[in-house]
Amino acid sequence: MKDRDPNIAGICTPAVGEAGKTGDWSDLKPVIDHSKCIPETKGKAACFLCWLYCPDGVVSMTIPVQINLDYCKGCGICAEECPPNAIRMVRKDECDE
Amino acid sequence: MIMQENIFKINDTEYILPGNRACQGCGLSLAYRYILKALRENTIVALPPSCLCVLHGLYPNSSVKIPAINITFAGNAASASGIVAALKALNKPDITVLALTGDGGTYDMGIQSLSGAAERNTDFIFACYDNEAYMNTGTQRSGATPIGALTTTTPLLTKQENKKDLIKIMEAHGIPYLASVSPAYPIDLYEKFVKAKRIKGTRYIHIDTPCPPGWGYPVRETVRIGKLAVETGITVLFEIENGKFRFTGRSETIAKKGKRLPVVHYVEKQGRFKKMSIEQLNRLQSSIDARWNEYLKRAEM
Amino acid sequence: MSDVRIITGNEAAALAVKLSRPNVIAAYPITPQTSLAEKLSTYVEGGELRAEYVRVEGEHSALTVCISASTVGARVFTATSSNGLLYMHEQIHWAAGSRLPIVMCCVNRGVGAPWSIFNDQQDSFSQRDTGWIQIYCRNNQEIIDTVIQAYRIAESVYIPVMVCYDGFVLSHTMMPVEIPDAQKVADFLPPYKPHTEISPENPRTVNPVFFPWRRENHEGVLCDGYMEMRYKLQDALLNSFDIITDAGTEYARIFGRDHGGLLWEYRTDDADIILTGMGSIAAEATVAVDSLRDEGIKAGVVGIRVFRPFPRHEVAEAFQKARVIIAFEKCLSYGCDGGLSSDLKAALYGTGITAPIHNYIAGIGGRDVKARELTDAVRSSLDETERENRGNKTIWLNCRTGS
Repeated sequence: MKDRDPNIAGICTPAVGEAGKTGDWSDLKPVIDHSKCIPETKGKAACFLCWLYCPDGVVSMTIPVQINLDYCKGCGICAEECPPNAIRMVRKDECDE
Repeated sequence: MIMQENIFKINDTEYILPGNRACQGCGLSLAYRYILKALRENTIVALPPSCLCVLHGLYPNSSVKIPAINITFAGNAASASGIVAALKALNKPDITVLALTGDGGTYDMGIQSLSGAAERNTDFIFACYDNEAYMNTGTQRSGATPIGALTTTTPLLTKQENKKDLIKIMEAHGIPYLASVSPAYPIDLYEKFVKAKRIKGTRYIHIDTPCPPGWGYPVRETVRIGKLAVETGITVLFEIENGKFRFTGRSETIAKKGKRLPVVHYVEKQGRFKKMSIEQLNRLQSSIDARWNEYLKRAEM
Repeated sequence: MSDVRIITGNEAAALAVKLSRPNVIAAYPITPQTSLAEKLSTYVEGGELRAEYVRVEGEHSALTVCISASTVGARVFTATSSNGLLYMHEQIHWAAGSRLPIVMCCVNRGVGAPWSIFNDQQDSFSQRDTGWIQIYCRNNQEIIDTVIQAYRIAESVYIPVMVCYDGFVLSHTMMPVEIPDAQKVADFLPPYKPHTEISPENPRTVNPVFFPWRRENHEGVLCDGYMEMRYKLQDALLNSFDIITDAGTEYARIFGRDHGGLLWEYRTDDADIILTGMGSIAAEATVAVDSLRDEGIKAGVVGIRVFRPFPRHEVAEAFQKARVIIAFEKCLSYGCDGGLSSDLKAALYGTGITAPIHNYIAGIGGRDVKARELTDAVRSSLDETERENRGNKTIWLNCRTGS
């Protein structure tokens, strides 16, 4: 790849990970208890407040709910707002998953 | 008339890419997700130096899939005016111009260009994400900082003055649409931006933006703090369309049921208020009450 | 059939703007620019010029509107003077760093404090370090021709151009001006194409923070740091001389008028006393030269037309045979030297030119400068250099300096 920058002004291109792997930011990560998760137990589109409130949009609106741990900053808002408390924030070094 | 969008009718495209530079639990990040979902691809964002500027990223990469133009601190509304004028002259009228600005670029240094743009009824959306201090540079006070708050430039005595009433100032410009939103109520926020997109003229939207490091609360409580703000009435969800006021969402429910929480419940959860005096708390409560009552009257409730 | 009108410098500038057909104009009135802004309002409201005219609330916003409008693809124009120029100072830097082909007229006026509404060149001079191209006009014909050329230059090199002319002396003085043909101007100025397309189809973020170091993009290409980006601006400026002169030559070919390119010369062929200056004071110097020549003094004028980028090579050539150099100017770098003369001395360094430079600070705050005062100054300088003082000197012309 050429090492030449043709830009004559600061023109940025969208890319994932502008700040790197932000999953590294926290030593906490969210763990979902699938037996409590409302859309999963109902088997249909419901709740998804974790998707709604994630500031980084790394929670998928899918069944089962998935969280992109490469970029999850570990803020814990999903855990805080989950109505049945199906999400816990656990220390990465303590967790098996 | 608000479109009844529920969570599943929200545009599911994400315009902000993961791995961006916003803090954990950032209120702006959450709000911006829904702003862009509402405004969609045909948008150009104007932004000054601010948290948003950092969220957008440093050269040569950006974190947002919408065109955005950075400008100096004082000029965001003027920058947006320039984009609007150019798009009109070049016959590209369908692109929405959004000036998304922090409280510094709205209340303080940016107020002149904002006032000028509003006085000209410039056809754009000016949205202030109000985290109530200059957060990008480490929490220096602004005109939007509430009374009693600690900031790095009010580090010992707290902010002595009331928060500047920017809603009144913007209302005085006679613009067609004003609204107040919160990322703690993303659907209400989304619906208002969808509506605003279709209105012509200057639209001002105020976004209460909780900030974990600046306000002093655990990062996971951003939505909780945002909701408490609405419960106490320090933040009110409303719309003012051509001068007609109406409550929306949770604020409407509270107004109908008449049960507002005392603001002490909001204040006590944030480190920035730990030096707040009783006298300041009372002043804050009085100003919230007075404004709430004024709103009740305007909403004919 | 030529169209010659007797018009002021401001009107000449306004006509040039109308002919250049910008898409967006944003200007805030300030003496002595005001009638230019007003004329443009009349053209736009009357339908003679189809442009969006943003009646901004201040000069900082005026240039900001131009910056963003230019970024999304509009040809733009603004104009100001004095404190208005100073008010937009941070945006002047921003425009150059953004590499935008903005054309701005600076109607030269002295800066506060204290207030002066009258002419000197301190305003535009104080912006010389920002990275704009600066061209100084000596009469109203040159104003109309230069503003048009400015768009061609700016849009070729992606550097903003400041066309400067003296407040009141030119802006409010009526002179015969031949108005160029509109179609020929349209042919001379191809449509503006921004260096980067910014649109929903091309969602770029423009002008973010840069790290000091170079940094890889997502494709692994090592992109510039702040220093490289700034180097590019300097490099573009230093490589713009040919484009500037070519614009002038091409303009001369089509419209029949040549204002000299980077600098112009008057009776310098056999001159050993060279007078120099920028703008109308240099034009006045030609009158002084005629007078001196009548007395047998072999004087000539080198008028600096393009002040930035500073034409070092051409300047060194033009002053090769000078025995004495006399610079008349309306600006200075306080704490150092006269504006033009300090750049002149820097340009002559290492060239072997050792002629003394006598720098006359003149016309500050609009103090009148008459040709005979220039003639007297030259004679007095010649006496001095003949008698004893062989070195450089700064004199404030027609000013009580307490000595």
